[in-house]
This record gives sequence, structure tokens and C-alpha cells, in this order.
Amino acid sequence: MDLSTTYMGLKLKNPLVASASPLSRHVDVVRQLEDAGTAAVVMYSLFEEQINHEIRELDYFLTAHSEGHAEALSYFPEPETYNNLHAEDYLEHIQRLKQAVDIPIIASLNGVSSGGWMRYARSMEEAGADAIELNIYYIAANPEVSAQQVEQMYLLDVSTVKEQVNIPVAVKLSPYFSALANMAKKLDHAGADALVLFNRFYQPDIDLENLEVVPNLTLSTSNEIRLPLRWIAILYGRVNASLAATSGVHTAEDVLKLLMAGADVTMLCSALLKEGPGKIAQILSDMMDWMESHEYESVEQMKGSMSYKNVAEPAAFERANYIRVLQSIK
Amino acid sequence: MKQAQMITIDANEAVARIAYLTNEVIAIYPITPASPMGEWADAWSAAGKKNLWQTVPVVVEMQSEGGAAGAVHGALQSGSLTTTFTASQGLLLMIPNMFKIAGELTPTVFHIASRTVATHALSIFGDHSDVMAARATGWAMMPSCSVQEAQDFALIAQAATLEARVPFVHFFDGFRTSHEIQKIYQLSEEQIRAMIDEELILAHRQRALNPDHPFIRGTAQNPDVFFQARETVNPFYQACPEIVQKTMDRFAQLTGRRYHLFDYVGHPEAERVVVIMGSGAETVEETVRYLVDSGEKVGLVKVRLFRPFSVSHFIKALPPTVRVIAALDRTKEPGSAGEPLFLDVASALQQAQFGPEWSFNDPPRAIGGRYGLSSKEFTPAMVKGIFDEMKQPQPKTHFTIGILDDVSGTSLPYDPAFSIEKPEEFRGVFFGLGSDGTVSANKNSIKIIGENTDYWAQGYFVYDSKKAGAVTVSHLRFGKEPIRAPYLIRQANFVACHQFNFLEKFEILEYAEPGATFLLNSPYPPDKVWDHLPRSVQQAIIDKQLTFYVVDAYRVAREAGLGNRINTIMQTCFFAISNILPREEAIAQIKKAIQQTYGKRGELVLQANYQAVDQALENLHRVEVPGKVTSTFDRRPPVPEDAPEFVRKVTALMLAGHGDDLPVSALPCDGTFPSGTSKYEKRNITEFIPVWDEEVCIQCGKCALVCPHAVIRIKAYPESYLKDAPPTFKHTTARGREWPEGTAYTIQVSPEDCTGCELCVQVCPAKNKRETRLKALNMAPQRPLREQESENWKFFLSLPEYDRRELKIASVKGSQFLEPLFEFSGACSGCGETPYIKLATQLFGDRMIVANATGCSSIYGGNLPTTPWSKNREGLGPAWSNSLFEDNAEFGLGFRVSIDKHEQQARELLEALRSEVGEALASAILDADQSDEAGIYEQRQRVRELKEKLAGLDRPEARRLLTLADYLVKKSVWIIGGDGWAYDIGFGGLDHVLASGRDVNILVLDTEVYSNTGGQMSKATPLGAVAKFAAGGKRTPKKDLALQAISYGNVYVARVAFGANDTHTVRAFLEAEHYPGPSLIIAYSHCIAHGYNLKYGLQQQKLAVESGYWPLFRFNPLLIQEGKNPFVLDSRGPKVPLAEYMYNETRYKVLNKIDPEVARKLLQQAQQNVEDRWHLYQQLAQSWAKLVEPAKEAES
Repeated sequence: MDLSTTYMGLKLKNPLVASASPLSRHVDVVRQLEDAGTAAVVMYSLFEEQINHEIRELDYFLTAHSEGHAEALSYFPEPETYNNLHAEDYLEHIQRLKQAVDIPIIASLNGVSSGGWMRYARSMEEAGADAIELNIYYIAANPEVSAQQVEQMYLLDVSTVKEQVNIPVAVKLSPYFSALANMAKKLDHAGADALVLFNRFYQPDIDLENLEVVPNLTLSTSNEIRLPLRWIAILYGRVNASLAATSGVHTAEDVLKLLMAGADVTMLCSALLKEGPGKIAQILSDMMDWMESHEYESVEQMKGSMSYKNVAEPAAFERANYIRVLQSIK
Repeated sequence: MKQAQMITIDANEAVARIAYLTNEVIAIYPITPASPMGEWADAWSAAGKKNLWQTVPVVVEMQSEGGAAGAVHGALQSGSLTTTFTASQGLLLMIPNMFKIAGELTPTVFHIASRTVATHALSIFGDHSDVMAARATGWAMMPSCSVQEAQDFALIAQAATLEARVPFVHFFDGFRTSHEIQKIYQLSEEQIRAMIDEELILAHRQRALNPDHPFIRGTAQNPDVFFQARETVNPFYQACPEIVQKTMDRFAQLTGRRYHLFDYVGHPEAERVVVIMGSGAETVEETVRYLVDSGEKVGLVKVRLFRPFSVSHFIKALPPTVRVIAALDRTKEPGSAGEPLFLDVASALQQAQFGPEWSFNDPPRAIGGRYGLSSKEFTPAMVKGIFDEMKQPQPKTHFTIGILDDVSGTSLPYDPAFSIEKPEEFRGVFFGLGSDGTVSANKNSIKIIGENTDYWAQGYFVYDSKKAGAVTVSHLRFGKEPIRAPYLIRQANFVACHQFNFLEKFEILEYAEPGATFLLNSPYPPDKVWDHLPRSVQQAIIDKQLTFYVVDAYRVAREAGLGNRINTIMQTCFFAISNILPREEAIAQIKKAIQQTYGKRGELVLQANYQAVDQALENLHRVEVPGKVTSTFDRRPPVPEDAPEFVRKVTALMLAGHGDDLPVSALPCDGTFPSGTSKYEKRNITEFIPVWDEEVCIQCGKCALVCPHAVIRIKAYPESYLKDAPPTFKHTTARGREWPEGTAYTIQVSPEDCTGCELCVQVCPAKNKRETRLKALNMAPQRPLREQESENWKFFLSLPEYDRRELKIASVKGSQFLEPLFEFSGACSGCGETPYIKLATQLFGDRMIVANATGCSSIYGGNLPTTPWSKNREGLGPAWSNSLFEDNAEFGLGFRVSIDKHEQQARELLEALRSEVGEALASAILDADQSDEAGIYEQRQRVRELKEKLAGLDRPEARRLLTLADYLVKKSVWIIGGDGWAYDIGFGGLDHVLASGRDVNILVLDTEVYSNTGGQMSKATPLGAVAKFAAGGKRTPKKDLALQAISYGNVYVARVAFGANDTHTVRAFLEAEHYPGPSLIIAYSHCIAHGYNLKYGLQQQKLAVESGYWPLFRFNPLLIQEGKNPFVLDSRGPKVPLAEYMYNETRYKVLNKIDPEVARKLLQQAQQNVEDRWHLYQQLAQSWAKLVEPAKEAES
């Protein structure tokens, strides 16, 4: 049985990829992922904003109270050099992972401004990353910024990074575009080698006792695959970029559905955080059982088989389906 | 001889470099003003910089100077080239070892930034009382007068000691020389190497203790031989002066700079000669040159080798024409026949009279005088005053200069207007805040000018003794001639004011000479600024015809992303206006300096600074000065008119910067000052203050508890008082059933004392239901509220204090109605220590006596002009004193022993006087229960009655009891200090006091680092934190002082963190005080040395506890008697990862930026330690429970 797939030019042994998560911080965990059969690993994200903030903060606090009091002209020893001001440890970690495992390592870059993070994309390539996943984290909260401006920003980011590096570049998107299919096409034109659907944002919560807005990270459930499933099905065959499904992939069934919708790879996070790297092996084995019993020969065979392009009733992906869903509950 | 490189540098750095290059082992302990020398050495060692022999010297930080001296002695005895740096009390602690080191003829140099030894008061500033106290040790002593000499003599001393085998003290004036930046010729490594004789080093090695060729040194000797053995060293001392002169000659050959044991300057036929050592010699030299040019026959002898004092060299240095010699000492030895230099000069003259060198026409008269104690200014005007006195037929001896001594009449008159400043020289005075970067910008400017032009350069910086809103004044001189002016600028041709609101506080333009340039950082544009200036400032600008520029530096800084750092902006403006360098070149040099300073901190930082430079010029404007004064306001008086007389006549002058004008008679003779004068100094240092919303408030009291400066207070009072309230005075009804009907409640802020730290807003748990961003306290601009809230504050203070007996003081809420007796201290904004001290004064202040270790708490608690330890309406309050750094626990124990003795005697006398004072009263007093507020109140009443009765009794016992009767009311002894004291230098004493069983309360304000001296590692510093002397992150865990104390079994121990659990803190304080034996409270104190915005201090405390880093507990031995487990863990086990706590603070985070691999390992280790310690505590709690259980069963 051939489980192999191609994701933005990378030959993968199967369509199971570990998505960006803290798991990739530990070399031994990544080794376990590889041993369990994971085809590629997306590293935890490098946050451009955070790096810049930390640089400013360090500069401020190293100097803040100096030269104010006769007995204490400073409060910190200043080193000759800083070895980790610009995420050097992240870059070294890429190297460490590359040495430790044979599967592709995809670096993840999270940023908001164009310009600032280009240096990091290049450094990631130099450090040996097989590809880069751009995580453009932008909440369009400013009423003065139009949809068009937001789209332009994404496109500029992608094309600029593409100019900088020779390795493939994937773009992880939010589902909040008015015209997602059109946006996907534009990103395709801008040079994106893959679209990763979708980013699960940290959704804020309210702490009723303390009247505070608190970040609330909940792990996904299988229900959440439906959003990427719909859009992957719609986009399959209509963009050149590879398609990756992420959000809610927990079981072999989830993987199979997404592949049939047209995903080149499926990415797992919550499932691995909850059940550990070994989960991959189980999904793979379940997948093969299912494929065998249903007489599928390869992943390629099923890929996109249930896409908008290939299903009997493509309108099902477009329809709001309101009434029928309600009826089905009865 | 190669052209020597010129650098601009201060003496501490210049000396440290020589010491570092010529030594192998450096053992130090931080002390102002010598600390930077040790810090330089540590930084170089950490960076792997090598010495002359291509090896990296070892730098060890010890637990005290005594420890450092011991380590130095040991390293020397085992053959290493070893040195140390110290000052003041530090040198005193080294004296026992110094006797040994000299007695064993061991070559070494100690470099001393001379500082005043504490007497009636501590002083961090410079004089020679420390080195003079070490005269008897048998060390050679070389004073240097300037930064250049400090570098040169550091080397000459090092070279000479190796040959002479006599150890050397090399000293230079603390701050005046140690911290002054000068342009000097730098000694090259070749020159340094050429001065050090390798053979002598080998000889030193061969004298070392070594089991491969063993011998015994350090024997005990009996009367038969000790004396003779002591006299064996004489030849070494006799040879020493010539060796030093020979070394100086070799130095001259190498460098062209020629020195002699005594250097004479002045008229060849001088009749009046001053003898002096240290930086004052520079002032005398310049004045002598000036006076000689004006035809006066005066001269100066600069002492280069004070010990061994070479009589023959000294006599030869004097011109034969001399008639009067004035020996000036920068120290005071009360009761002696004269100060040290005078005694040596007088003795030398006496001894030489019959010797071959005697060449004087008439025997000269020697007089002695004192100058410059504690860095008191010593100016050419004073020198002229001395020379004038020397003309008198009977010149005064044992005189003082620079002060007005109207008590003993020692002071000489002088004309302060006399000045020898060169008109062509640039003289700039810059006023800034510690936090705005003014000093660092000026240090940069000096480097730029010193190292890129042929100008000579000098910089000296005057710092504040307050930590919050600290003001700095920079004095910069540049000129074509070398600058010898170790005194402040009085008349500047450039005055810069980097803070607009200073104009209202300080007489800044007093420094401006006519026609000077005035640069002001102003939020108002050039066409609007005039009307915002105080009247006297406008008048001065007009009268002195100043050229006036403004720049809105804060706006430029904000726009460049630099926050409140305006340093590069003001520096750029300075260069643009002063024309010392062509503008383009100046900008290029500033940018180069920025690259050097900030380059390693990343491109982002660099660009922000570059942008600031470029924007500065565009925003710099000259102001058209109107011809008339238009302003309607002026500077405020330093203290209110209704302040007490002492405050008006003494404190006010100090506050206004005129303390130098106070005569001797104005000051107390024994260091005693009135309590509670900080309330008269309204500092107005914050732009924002908290404003109370009485509708939202839940009256929890947390805001008052956390306030570091006691500016936010709470009162409950009968509503009837409100009839006299100012119109904007806020109040509401007191919540809770404990209050009588009609009780009003107010939280009031003192707007002029607040430092704007926001801790109160952060801790406030009450949120506005309509707008949750608002709380019951919200920050608002201070200026519009200043007058109104000051009036409200005044009214608030007039309201009665609630009866202490009626309050539930064991709760946070209840305790905060108690009046704090520690207020408006000089502590940092957001200080994590002062809330604990303040709480103690609320709970026990009216019967509290405090021993305070030297450190932050003694500085913000006891640095003049004002005193924050205050008293209540009845005149009761904490009695406070600071002895030393190292002896605080013992000092406090002395209080206890003494008070117990007083009480015992009072009880004995009362027994004896039973019948006279009345049986009932006597018994009531002797059997009184003083375990709570009510009991203490009643005892006070009884003692009052007793005193009335005693006053009418004519018996010696009655009179004696009258002086002791107050001790019948319970007194609370508190021993307070930081971790440097408790964990390091004072640990031996602390341990002993804990073991004494006496009823003392020890409060350790644990900032985990030497905060006061600038962040050096202590044994309280946690694993993984970066500190000075732990630049690569501390590798050993923090000492568990609490556990050590618990091991005694009879010590009350609590570990508290008010930001994590304030109720626990209040309870621990009450239990500790109640416990009739020694109590130890270790209090987590967030600190600026941790490197984050202190408004989040409370959140950090919480995380410290939740991560398990700082478990809260109480160990109460009284519980054992009750059959209960004495060890109560008051916080839960680790529940957040340690990293979440640690990585909010620069002290930890910076290590991740320096070396992420090491940071990761240390974090892992620290996390492991937290878990291990938690298990240990749990086990302890369980094993105590097991120990107690059987006892309980046996009882039942």
C-alpha cells in the first residue's frame, strides 16, 4: 500500500505531519515522532513580535536605573556579546533536529510586519530547514483597515519571503476572509507553495470572578475538521499550491476524509499533545486497515476524490445547508 | 618613547586595569565608592581578558571585607600576586589581616577609593579617615591626586612592593577621583610589563607556603623574642622610600611623567608652603600657580609617599625660604595633638633640625588644618583663604576651611567669590533625572570630545541620595589646557535642564554666568515656553542675557521608541549648540558612540537611537527672549511655613541645596535628628497619582498595605467631622458590622508625596461594573489635582486616628486603619521592601526600637535631609539607629539586653516602692497582661499614673524609677536589614542572636542581591540569576536561611511575600512579635535590581509562590507546647512552571540572551530544586507532626 504524498515538493512517506507545537522543542520527542511514523515536523513558531519586544525590553531594563544613585551606577553586568538576541537558539534547534532525524523539518515563522522577519526566513533556510511555514497572525481589529489592505499585506509578505529563500514556503491562513477562494488564488500567484488551513487562534475568554479577559487554549476535537474539509474540497484542483489540513485531526477517519477532500497532508497537534507521539502510529495503522478493507491502493488514489471538483453534488460544499441539517436532527 | 594613547576614564577603571593586569587573584567585597573596581575586574575575568602573563585572573567575591582580606592573605601566603579594592569600613575590617600581611613582609597593593568612616553619621563620600585609621598596620601609603596619578601610582606601587616587600595602600579620593572622568595618558601593556621585575615575582613565589618545602609561618611568640623579631623589619622600611623613588625614576624613563616622594610646586623662594595629599593637591597647585603669577611667594609640597615618611626627602623638598608650613588633612582625629599629616610634618621638622638637611633661614612654623571631610568642596577660594591666614603674625592652627565653625571658632574666613576658572574653558552643568540617561550621555560626550579632539576633558557627577526621582547634576569642563579642578562648577557657560519641572524646584540658573547658553527640555514650543517659566527663571534669563534653546526631547524619544530615555537627544542638542566639534562631525561621533554602547543590543535599538539623533536637531529651537517678566508663579519654598523650627532653619537649607552654608552650631553634636521630617519635603515627582472611586471601593485595605511610601491611607471616623471637610473631600459609609452607626470611611492620597508606582492600582481587586478597566483606584494626572488633593490630605490628617483597641489588626483590612510611622522615604518608586517596614510600624511603631543594617533600608530610612521614621500624635514612635553593615543583629541584641535590664530594674524599684505608689497600682503594673493592644493601652495608662505619683516622691528610688518607668510598657525590638547583611556579612552575628533565645524580631528584606551597591551577588541570589559576580548566571542555589533558623527549634521563622498573601504577612508579623524569643521573618522584596517594571511586583510575588520558588510558611515553636505541628506550610505546592515566574525578570532572561544553553540547564536545575525543596518541606511538616503526635497522646 502506498501512503506517500508530495507536499510543496517534499516527498513524504505518508500524509501525517506534526503541526507547530511545543512538542518540537525537545529533540527526543521529535525522534519519537519520527519513530512513530510522522512524515514531517513543523517546528514551534518563531514570533517576530516577541523577539523585537524582548530586544527593546532588555535594552530598557539593563539601563533603566543606572547612573541615578552614587552607590549603584548600574544594576547588571553587561556581557561582551549576546549569543541569542535574534533567535539564534531557534536556528540552532533547526540544526539539532536536522541532525537527529531524517524526516523534513519545516520551520515556522510568525510575524505581522513585512520587512522585519525576512532576515529570519533566510536564516532558517541557512540553518537547514526543509521548508518554511509562514504564520501571518493578524486580527483585523482596526476599523480603518480594509479587507483589501489586509489581503495586500498577506500577499506582500508571501512574495517578499519567496524572493528571499529557495526552499518551499507554506502559508498558514485564518478562515476569516470574505472571499477565501479568491484569496487562495492570489496567494497561489504570489508564490505560496502550500496553503495550511486553518490557523486555530487562541480565542479569548472572560474570567467572571476577576472580570478579566484571559487567553483560553482548548484542545481541538474531531468536529473541527469540517471547516478545513469544506475549503480544501473547494480549493482542490483550483490552485497550484499544496493543501494542508490542520485543526481537529484526531483519528484515521479524520485523515481519510481530509485526504478525500483534497489535502496533500494532514497536520496533528491536539491529538499528539493529548496522547503523545505514539498516536501517529495508531492512526497510520487504522488508516491502513481502513484502506485495506476498502481496497484502496494508495493515498494518491483517494486524494481529492471527494473534492468539489469530483463529487456528484458539488453544491453541497457551497450550500448553507441550513434546513437539511435541522431536518436531519429530527 | 612612543606617543602614548590618550583615553578618557575614571580612576576606578584606570586603577582596576593596572591591578588586573598585574595580579592573579583578586578577592573583593562591594563597598562604595570602590565597588566599580571589583566590578571591572569581574567583568574582564568573565570575558576572559588576560593579565600580563597571559592568564585570566581569578576574581572571588567574599562575604565581607574581613573575608576578602583573609582570602587575600591566604592567596599571598601561597604565592599568588593578589590584590583587593575597598574603602571606609571595608578597610577597617581588613586591618587585622593587614597587620599580619605587613608583619610577614608580603608584597601586595590594596587600592582604596578613600571614603569617610562612619562616626556621628555614615557618609559614602570621600576623605582620608579610612586610610588614616590603617596607619599603624605598617603598610606603605601612596596617595594619588588625580586620575592620571591614580593609574600611574597603581603601577608604581605594584612595582615597588615587590622589591620592598612592604605592602602598599594606594589611595585616591573617593568619588572626587574614583568617579571623576579625565583625559589621561594610558599606560601601554609594554610599559606595565617593563615596570614589573619577573625575578621579584619568582622570589615571592619561593616564599610561599608549599608542602614540597615546608616551613611554619604565623607562630605565637613569647615576651622573650617577640620584640626583637618585630624589629627585624626595620631595614625594609628604611629601604622603602629609595625603592619607591627608584621605581618612580624608572617610570619616568618609560613614560616621561616624573614623580618624587615629595613634589614641590611654586615660588622658588616661597615663604608660605602648603603640604597636602590627595585630590586637594590639584586645587592647591592651580591656586599656587595663580598666586605666584600675581607675585605671591607661595608653594606646595605634594606628598607621594606618606608612609614610610622620609624625613630627609621631605625637608629637601622645601624651599629654604619657607617661614610657615600648613599641613592640610582630609580627616579628623578628635583629641590628638593634630591630624596625621600635620603630626608627621611637625615631627619631621623637629627631627631634622639637628640633621644635615636643615637648610632653613629661620625655623619654619608648622600649622595644621582640616578640609574636605566627606567630599566637602575644596576650592581655590579656600586655598587662598589658607595662604592669607599664613601671612598673619600668629596664624591659626588646627583650623578648618570650607565651613563656618561658630562653635569652636576653628574656621578660617575666605572669599567665596575668588575664582581662577579660565574664561576660555568650556564649563557645562547639566541637570537630569537618574532615569533619563543624562549622566550616561555626558559620559559619552566626554569620551567623544576627549578622544577626538585635542581638548582636555573632565566630568564629575553629583547624584541624589533619594532613590525615587533621583536628580543628577553633571559638571563638564573642556579646554586647551590640562584641567586640574577637582571641585564643582559654580559659574557655567552652558547650563542644560533636562527636566522641565526642575525649574520649579532648583535654582538652576544660579549656575549660569552672564552670556551663558541655556538648553531646556520643554514640552512647550519656542513661542509658548516663556509663560510657563517661573518668574525667577525669566528674570535670570533676562538679567544674565542668556541664549535660550528648547527641545521637546520626550516627544522625540517617544516617537523614536526610546520611552523616557532622552539621553542621545539632549546630547545631540548639546553638541549642536556648543560648537565644540563641527556639527557634522559631532553627529558622526555620537552615532559612533551609540554603535559602541548599544551595538551589541541589536539593530532595532541602534536604529531607534539614530533616529532620535536625527530628530533632535529638527526639534531644537532658539527662543526669542522677551524683554520682560510675565510669569505669575515662582519656585516654591522648600518646606511649609508651619514646619517646626529645626526643619525651617536646618532641613530647609539642605533641601534647597544650601546645606554647605549651615554653620557648625546648626547641627546636632551627636548625630541625633528629629523623627518624621520627610512629611515637610513635598517632592512632587510623579505625573500621575491614584484617584479613589468611593462607589467602587470594597474597603479591603490592600492599597494602603502595598504602598511603599505610605502615601495612600485609610481612616474610619465619625461622620460629624465631615462638616469641616473641603468641598472635594471624598468619603463613604464604612462597610461592615464592626463600625458604630454613622462611621465614615475615606481613602486619601498625598498627591505631593506619591511616586506614581501604581502598586495600589495593581492590587485593587474592585472593578467598576460598567467599565471593567476602571477600579476603585485609577491613575490620573497629578498637576490638576495637586492643590485640591493637598488640601484634602491635610484635612484627612486632621481626622482622629481610630482607637487601636477596637480594630481587628490581625486582618489586612483592620491593620490598615493603623497609622504608619514610616512615611515618604527615599526608596525607589514601587519598592518591595518598604511595605514590610511600614506594616511593622503600623502594628508596633509606638513601642518599637529598630536596629537597621547598612544598605538600602538605612539609606532610604536615614539619609538626610529628611527622616521618614516618624511619630504619632502622642509623640510615640520608632526609635531608629544604624550601627554598621556587619553587626546589626548584635546591635539589636544590645537593645534587647539593655531594655530587659531597664525593665528588670524598674520592676525591682517598683517592688521596693509598693507602699508609696499604692499596692493596687504596683500589682496591676507588675502583673499586667500586655499581649494585645488593649493590655498595652491599659499598662500605658497605669505607668502614666505611676509617673505622676513618682514625681511627688522625694526618694532616690523614685527618681530612678521615674527614668525607667516607661520600660514597664512592652517594647518591641526589631532588627532590620537586607540579604547582604543577613546571608553574608552579618550572618555570623545573626546566627548568634538567633541562638541567644532573646526576644528580638529580625526582618530580612530579601531582594536576593546587594541592591544598594548595584546588584552584586549575595548568598541569597537564586540559581540561574545574573548578577554582578555571577555574570554567567549563579551556579549555586540560594541559601535556605529559614531552614537554618528552624534547625534551632526555638526560633519563630516565617517566610512571607505580601504580594502573594498579605493576610499571611500580617499574621506572621503579629506572631513573630508575640513570640517571646527570637523571630526571623524572611520577606520577599521585589527590587529594581530584578529588571522589570515594579508595578508588576505583586504579580511576580504571586508567581514566586505559585511556582513553588518561594513557599510561604510559618514555624512557630509555641505550637509545640500546644501539641500542634509548629511547621505550617501556608502555600500550595508548585503549580506553575518556574519559567513563568523567572522569565518575567531581566536578571533571568538576560542569561537566555547571552547563553541559551546554559540558561536552559540552569532553569531545569532550578525547577528540580523547587520540587526537591517542596518535598523536603512537606516531609518536614510531616515529621514535625509525627514528633508532636506522640507527645499529645502521652499528655492525654
